[in-house]
Amino acid sequence: MNAVDLADHPPLLAVRALAYARNDEAIFGPLDFTLNPGEIVLVEGDNGSGKTTLLKVLSGLLVQTSGEVLLHGNALTLAKLSQQVAMLGHLPGLKMELSAMQNLRFAVGLGGIRPGITPAIALAGVGLAGFEDQPLRLLSAGQKKRVALARLLLVPAALWLLDEPYANLDREGIGLVNRLLESHGRRGGAALITSHGAYAYTSGTPRRIALRPESGERKTAAEARAAATGASA
Amino acid sequence: MKPGSVSAACRALVTRDLALAWRRRSDALNPLLFALIVVALFPFALGPETAVLERIAAGTIFVAVLLAGLLSLDQLFRSDLEDGSLEQLVLSPHPLSLLLACRIAVHWLTTALPVLVVAPLLALLLHLPANVLPVLLAALALATPLLSLIGAVCVALTVGLRRSGMLLTLLVLPLLVPVLIFGAGACSAAQVGLPFAAPLLWLGAWLVLAVVLAPLATAAALRISLT
Repeated sequence: MNAVDLADHPPLLAVRALAYARNDEAIFGPLDFTLNPGEIVLVEGDNGSGKTTLLKVLSGLLVQTSGEVLLHGNALTLAKLSQQVAMLGHLPGLKMELSAMQNLRFAVGLGGIRPGITPAIALAGVGLAGFEDQPLRLLSAGQKKRVALARLLLVPAALWLLDEPYANLDREGIGLVNRLLESHGRRGGAALITSHGAYAYTSGTPRRIALRPESGERKTAAEARAAATGASA
Repeated sequence: MKPGSVSAACRALVTRDLALAWRRRSDALNPLLFALIVVALFPFALGPETAVLERIAAGTIFVAVLLAGLLSLDQLFRSDLEDGSLEQLVLSPHPLSLLLACRIAVHWLTTALPVLVVAPLLALLLHLPANVLPVLLAALALATPLLSLIGAVCVALTVGLRRSGMLLTLLVLPLLVPVLIFGAGACSAAQVGLPFAAPLLWLGAWLVLAVVLAPLATAAALRISLT
């Protein structure tokens, strides 16, 4: 996290007074935070506190009720955003009948490829060398998750939105997610990860954004620095 | 960090869908078997009289093929929604309607084209006069893509709902009635020696319209279904 650049460049992601309501029922927000290149931020909250919804709004799948999302200082549109954002949700978005390689080649065709990487390298990077041509339904839940992580490595997105990336993973897998996140941060990428708290990003002390089930006041310790509006309902 | 081109995305989608269809080939053959069984049952029910079968042949084949198409429609986006690939498709940087047009084209190729290929056999089963067969094939070639396109819009609207099968049928059938009337109409006109070009041209005009509009409507409907 190089604080030097921050004054010159707009943050990778800036969220101002973002709120989402479904049928007049507030799901989360208003929420303010910024995400700079190299930052890994943890979104914490209990089940039902709107973590997944927040990621869906940030990815552009849902349209926010109020507030704004700025990506590199520009208002978010789906067309502009999808080249910048990679989302890994609860559902892996993989076809169980196809092999890992077929799934990854499809992801690359759809989303483009980061320079200097191939699907085979990405698979080896998540510890699945030798499983290239197995149909995914023969792999374990954790191995499927690793294939989904390999997809993140391939697509050229600066911002990763990971919904519960630690679910289904063994200790080694959790370490792998952390390593991937760190190297993504070193490349200048940023990531927003949700967690219900059972597992967490353990390397270093990531910034945390807390989501609470009730709407209204929202306060995060780190937000004072980002000059967020903080708690005022 | 440049995203892939639109053509690469379409190619990737077509390749994957064809690979998937091959893996699920027994599913893809369902419509074919259905059409074959329905048509084969008619002579048993009505008796083997050539004159009777000849008169109902074109209409029966048309109905059987369209209902067979309905069978496979629900699969168009269901599995994609369930495993999250639909979200990835919507989030891709390329125009969603174009990607969906590719998906619909592959669906037609894998479910309707096999039925079209066995249509001469169906015609033979019902003693359809040989001079009507080309008209029947032309009408089916225009009507089945229309079914896939109209169906895709309706499927996109209902895919977010649980147990949407009945609703889908109710939505699609009224839209298919004109297709059936014009398609079967062309065949019966040819059978009695009347000009049959007009109904075929109408089908063609609708197909052109649907090719342009249906992917756009499907994309909009899918976005609504995902929220």
